[in-house]
Amino acid sequence: MKNRSLISIDDFSKAEWIKILDIAEDFEKNPKQRILEGQVVATLFFEPSTRTRLSFESAASYLGAKVIGFTDAASSSVKKGETLNDTILTVSNYSDIIVMRHPREGSARYASEVAPVPVINAGDGANQHPTQTLLDLYSIRKTQGTLDDLNITFVGDLKYGRTVHSLVIALCNFNATFHLVSPQELKLPSYIKRHIKERKLKYHQYTDLNEAIPSSDILYMTRVQKERFSDPIEYEKVKNAYILNNAMLEDAKEKMKVLHPLPRVNEINEDVDTNPKAYYFQQAQNGVYVRQALLTSILGVK
Amino acid sequence: MSEVRKELKVSAIENGTVIDHIPANVVFQVMKILKLDEIDRPVLVGTNLGSKKFGKKGIIKVNNKFFESEEINKIALIAPKATLIVIKDFEVVYKKQVELPKSIKHFVKCVNPNCITNYENIDTKFEVHFTDENEVKLHCRYCEKFTAQGNMTFI
Repeated sequence: MKNRSLISIDDFSKAEWIKILDIAEDFEKNPKQRILEGQVVATLFFEPSTRTRLSFESAASYLGAKVIGFTDAASSSVKKGETLNDTILTVSNYSDIIVMRHPREGSARYASEVAPVPVINAGDGANQHPTQTLLDLYSIRKTQGTLDDLNITFVGDLKYGRTVHSLVIALCNFNATFHLVSPQELKLPSYIKRHIKERKLKYHQYTDLNEAIPSSDILYMTRVQKERFSDPIEYEKVKNAYILNNAMLEDAKEKMKVLHPLPRVNEINEDVDTNPKAYYFQQAQNGVYVRQALLTSILGVK
Repeated sequence: MSEVRKELKVSAIENGTVIDHIPANVVFQVMKILKLDEIDRPVLVGTNLGSKKFGKKGIIKVNNKFFESEEINKIALIAPKATLIVIKDFEVVYKKQVELPKSIKHFVKCVNPNCITNYENIDTKFEVHFTDENEVKLHCRYCEKFTAQGNMTFI
């Protein structure tokens, strides 16, 4: 993986994903190693994403790398009208690797073509966010002991959720059974379902969350946003149907875990937080180890 | 006899390229894609000509111009049955139906309004795919979205 960019999850093979997860496991045991001393990681956030940026910066800092960059386009030369090409070429002179988040789809792929240094995509519009997918896979493997043959339930906005789409596609490589819980208006799009069908995997669709919980190994929650509905009355009808509370987890499997890409608003009731099945904060922490594994693999240290 | 009448409609050329069997409604689009609207050599254009096989067809004859196959294959996107004929000394030296290339560069616009290629000065790049109905759809190398045949605009 040395010197390669990671733009889409498909840029790496299944064997390479597994390798990243294995390296991340080592970092979880020993996250503070100064093996990137003398290296510079640029974090270019053309739109703010505090969580993702801090996770990358934390990953780099624990390994002894210096972090440079900007936190939103308004505080950078982009505001003065500089092209993406020029920003990327300039920053390449100052850094060994670029981590970028940008509101336009395809921006990261373009940057990787322009930059002489490798680029990690930290989200390009509604397109890809591969490090989120890897940390989700890490969290699933860690809590279930395997990635194979699991029952994965996705809840909420399955139509627009980039995180959901990438994870569904990734899990198609691991013989998953999918349980898809969403309002009618926000069902998983057919171009994603196609991947499930091509692999001849099983999937079930529900509008009632309670029906899907007992068979789940993983309950992946997402937020249902009001602005996604063409008809506000439809939103009012369903807005409380996809909120998870502690009582609903009574019939869940022993090892089942609740995941969420965060930030959460109200879709997981706070009474779930103390349930041992709640895993979303550890999931965020796992992001640091996965990003350490990526930075060190791409920089050729691991 | 009918051959003679055709020659009368659009006269023969000595050296150059003839593009035949273009659907009549896309003749001017083909002109634009091949940048024949900017060329300084004689170009003969016929459209709404009768064709037994194709109904109404168009034909373009360009004097002293020979196309690279990659260049001409672009028109397969809108005129998949078009025939390319190369003429030297009034003789046909080469005749072939256009073929859709595997990838398309810098002349179709990505339909996704949020694609980076619509904001920065970037050549678009697409892989050619087909729908279940065998219609062409283009997969953008950058935003990874598909542009369907009906949504294609040419740069």
